[in-house]
Order: sequence, then structure tokens, then C-alpha cells
Amino acid sequence: MIRLRPGVLAVVLAALVGVFMLMPLLSVIPVSFTPKRFLSVPEGELSLRHYRTLIEDREWIEGIWLSLRVGLLSAGFATALGTFFSLGIWMYRPRFAGLLMGIALLPMVAPPVVSALTLYFFLITLTRFNGVVAYDTMLGVALAHSVMIVPFAVVLVSVSLAQVDRRMDLAARAMGASLGRRVFSVILPNIKFGVLASFFLTFVLSWEEIAVTIFITSVEAVTLPRLMWQGLRDNIDPAIAAISVVLIVIVAVIVIGRAVIIALRSKDA
Amino acid sequence: MPYLRPMILLAPLLMFLGLAYVLPFAGVIGWSVTLPEPGMQNYTAALTDPLILSVFWRTLRICAIVTVISVVMGYILSLLWVRGTPLVRTLTELCILIPFWISVLTRAFGWLALLSSRGILNGWLEGLGIIEDPLRLVRNEFGVVVGMVHFMIPFAVFPIASAMRSVDERTLMAARGMGASRTRIFWQVFVPMTAAGLMGAALLVFVFAIGFFITPAILGGGRSVMVAEMIYLRIFQSPDWGLAAAVSVILMVAISALLALLLKQLSPKGAK
Repeated sequence: MIRLRPGVLAVVLAALVGVFMLMPLLSVIPVSFTPKRFLSVPEGELSLRHYRTLIEDREWIEGIWLSLRVGLLSAGFATALGTFFSLGIWMYRPRFAGLLMGIALLPMVAPPVVSALTLYFFLITLTRFNGVVAYDTMLGVALAHSVMIVPFAVVLVSVSLAQVDRRMDLAARAMGASLGRRVFSVILPNIKFGVLASFFLTFVLSWEEIAVTIFITSVEAVTLPRLMWQGLRDNIDPAIAAISVVLIVIVAVIVIGRAVIIALRSKDA
Repeated sequence: MPYLRPMILLAPLLMFLGLAYVLPFAGVIGWSVTLPEPGMQNYTAALTDPLILSVFWRTLRICAIVTVISVVMGYILSLLWVRGTPLVRTLTELCILIPFWISVLTRAFGWLALLSSRGILNGWLEGLGIIEDPLRLVRNEFGVVVGMVHFMIPFAVFPIASAMRSVDERTLMAARGMGASRTRIFWQVFVPMTAAGLMGAALLVFVFAIGFFITPAILGGGRSVMVAEMIYLRIFQSPDWGLAAAVSVILMVAISALLALLLKQLSPKGAK
């Protein structure tokens, strides 16, 4: 088919925008090899000392480990809640489904700073009653992250439910399958990729969550983003450049890998 | 009983958000009318105090600038992402998705590394002898706008690209067949057909930008405080919880109104 392709001007402008998009990511790389203790571009001598900090310094190891645990906990919890909720909406189409959906998506559409203040209120209230799920604790952070990421689980699982043939579930029900059987043996196997995608996305969102985390932690539950935030605000610590390079490389490998796989597949087809 | 069965599946999430989000937000509203003493004085202060009004004004100004730039840059990028040759499409996609998946902190740090007074750009310019003293590119409003535009472009691209994908190729062919030039097809056929996506993108970016906190805090360096950072400062640095809560409630109301507008924009035309 003949398509009108963008002209030269559009290509040039888009290339400039593309450079703009990648520039801050690329500029992190030289800074991470500086031998100095402050933010600077290395002149001649390169050093891996800031990468060594990441694997030797207790602070960084603990931050990474805490973020991993919080991410797995809150992603698992949010995906479970979001999956059941989406199933309820899809199977029963309750009255006020729109309103219920609106409530479920609230933390996603509210300004992050308002959510942060709300969760700060929630956790300091909990702190009056217990010290486990409280302000500045791992479980407190996991709970707050679950609130922030559960809307994304609802969206992803609902999108993948929309592709499922409703007649399959109706057939199971007509043959007398219980609710549990319909959910676990009929519907969930059909949306397992949606559920997995939801777990993955919510994990990433928790892993990099910072706006709420600033409000609900101080010195005990220091996640990786919180540690980076502290390093950025005070004296800029080049270890942030090193961890940034690591994170950028991971993302780039996944995104480029996906693009290559798609390109190879479409060539085969 | 028929009403109870769906509740088995729906209730856990609704109870969770009710307890952990809706009730605490009611608590924040409570703060706004009781701290430091009962009354509406926090709202009066938020809407009359010149210092706070100047923050609101700056927030609106920065968000408007960011929205216009992001939408224009997003439109150009979308054009190539949707209508380029396969290779161009893949390259454009990488320029959109790689930054999109990288955390806001890393991206703000990248701009610091590039633009700060000891950063890469100033280093080059000084090395080439173009400037003698480093340019002040961050820790001011310029830095905030650059960082926010960078963050918002992917969010502008997604609605615009989806509008571009639904443009019927035959309309463009018809215009071509009737002798319209490429420029004319673009401005008089293609742009009007994607205008709804453009408006949706603008509203989305604006709504996102208003509550934005991290990038302005890092790249503004405390010099161009926006409303979200003001809330943070009023909680943790110069405590005035009642005022912070009142500003949050005002922000929530403003965003809800904008979102209602956005939903109207996105809903199908027949529904009007």
C-alpha cells in the first residue's frame, strides 16, 4: 500500500527530539566513571570506585534489598487484589460498575503529592496502634506502595479480561462449576499473561516509587529511590550515576531486546 | 443474596482502598479545617496570601509552558512512530520507551549531570572557549521546564499516536488524488483529524504536571517552588500541616475538575 511518509523536515525535527530524549540518559555514563568524590566529568583517568560502592557499601546494599522485598510484597498483594476486583466487575457487571472502577483508580489519577500526604496521615495513625505496619517501616512502605500501584493492576487485568470469550465462563457455569472453579480453572488460565504483566509493571512502579516514599520514611526504611533522593538533594554523590547506569542498561537491554524479537518475528511471517 | 456474590471478589480491594485511602483523605480534609485551630482560615490563607498565590501562579505558568512544548515535541515524535518506515518506527519507539521506563530520579539526575555548572555541557562550552563562566541551566525555572518536558513527552505521545493510528489512509489518498500538496494534506486534513488526540494529550500532560513533585524539587533547587513541593515543605520543613492539607484539598478539587473535562474529551462524540 502507498503511504504518505513524513517529509525531511519532520524527520530532522523528530531526530532532534529523539536526541533530547536520550541525552540525559547518555550523559550519566561518563559521570559514573569519575575518580573524584563529587559530580564531575572524568579527565583522562577513569575509575570504577562508584560501582564498587554499590556492591560494598552497606547503605546501598540494604537499600536495594529493601526495595526488592517491598516491590515483591506490594506487587503480589496489589496484583491479587486487582485481579479479583477485575474478575468481579467482568463476571457480574454489577450496577455502578463505573463508580466502583473510579474508586479503584483513584490513587492513579490523584496528584501524587496528595496521595503522599494521605498515606502519611494513614501511616502515622497506624503508628499510634502498632510498630510493625507503621511510619518508616518495611511493611508500612509496602502497604502504601500497594495503594499506589493497585489501580495499574486493575487496568492491566481488565484489559486482558476484555479479550476473553465470555461464553466460556457461561458454559462452565451452566455445567455447574462453582465460583472458585470458574475463576481458577476457567478464567485465570486465559488471562495468565495479563496477570504476569500486571505483577511485572506493579513491581517496577514500586521499585521506582519516590513521591510517596519521601513522605512515609525517614531513617529506617530507606529504599533505593529514597537513598538516591538523599544523594541528589545534598552533595551530589556520583554513586547515583553508577546505579543510574546499571538501571538504564537493564531497561535498554529489555526494550531493545523486545524490539529485536518483534522485528525478527515479523520478518519470519 | 445475588448482590453478595460479586462482593466476594470486589470487596477486598474496595475495603483496602476505603481504609487506606478514602478514610485517610477524609482525615487530611479534617486537618485542613482543624489545624492549628478549627475554622476555614487555612483556605482563606491559601487563596489570599500573596506568597502562596505566587506559588499557584508559578505552577500554572510552568505547567502551561511544559504542556505546549511537550505536546508539540510529542506530535513530531508520534508522526514518525506511526507513519515512518519500519526502521524509523523502531528507532523512534526506542527514544520513547527507554526514557519512559527509567525512573524520574535517574532522569532528573541525568539532567543535572548534563546541565549543572560542573556538568558536561558547561565543560564542553568552557573547553571550546565559548563561555568563561558556567551557564546557570539548572536550579532555576529553565531546568524545571527541561526536566518536566522530558518526563511528559511519552505521556503526550501515547494519546497522539493512538489518534494518528485511527486516521483513515483513504482520506489522505483522496486529498492527494484531488491534487492537494503534502503541506496542505498535513495542515488541513491530518492535523484536524488528530486534533482530539492532541487536546487529550494536552489535558493529560497538564493534569500530570500540576501535581508534579520530584523533578521540580531536584532541578528547581528550591528556587522555583511549585505547589506540590510547597506541600512537602509545609509538612517537613516549616511545619504548617493545616495549610498543607488545605492546599492538597484545593489541588485535588482542581485536578478532579480537569479530569472530568478530560473524560468528556475522550468520550465518543455520539455521547454528547
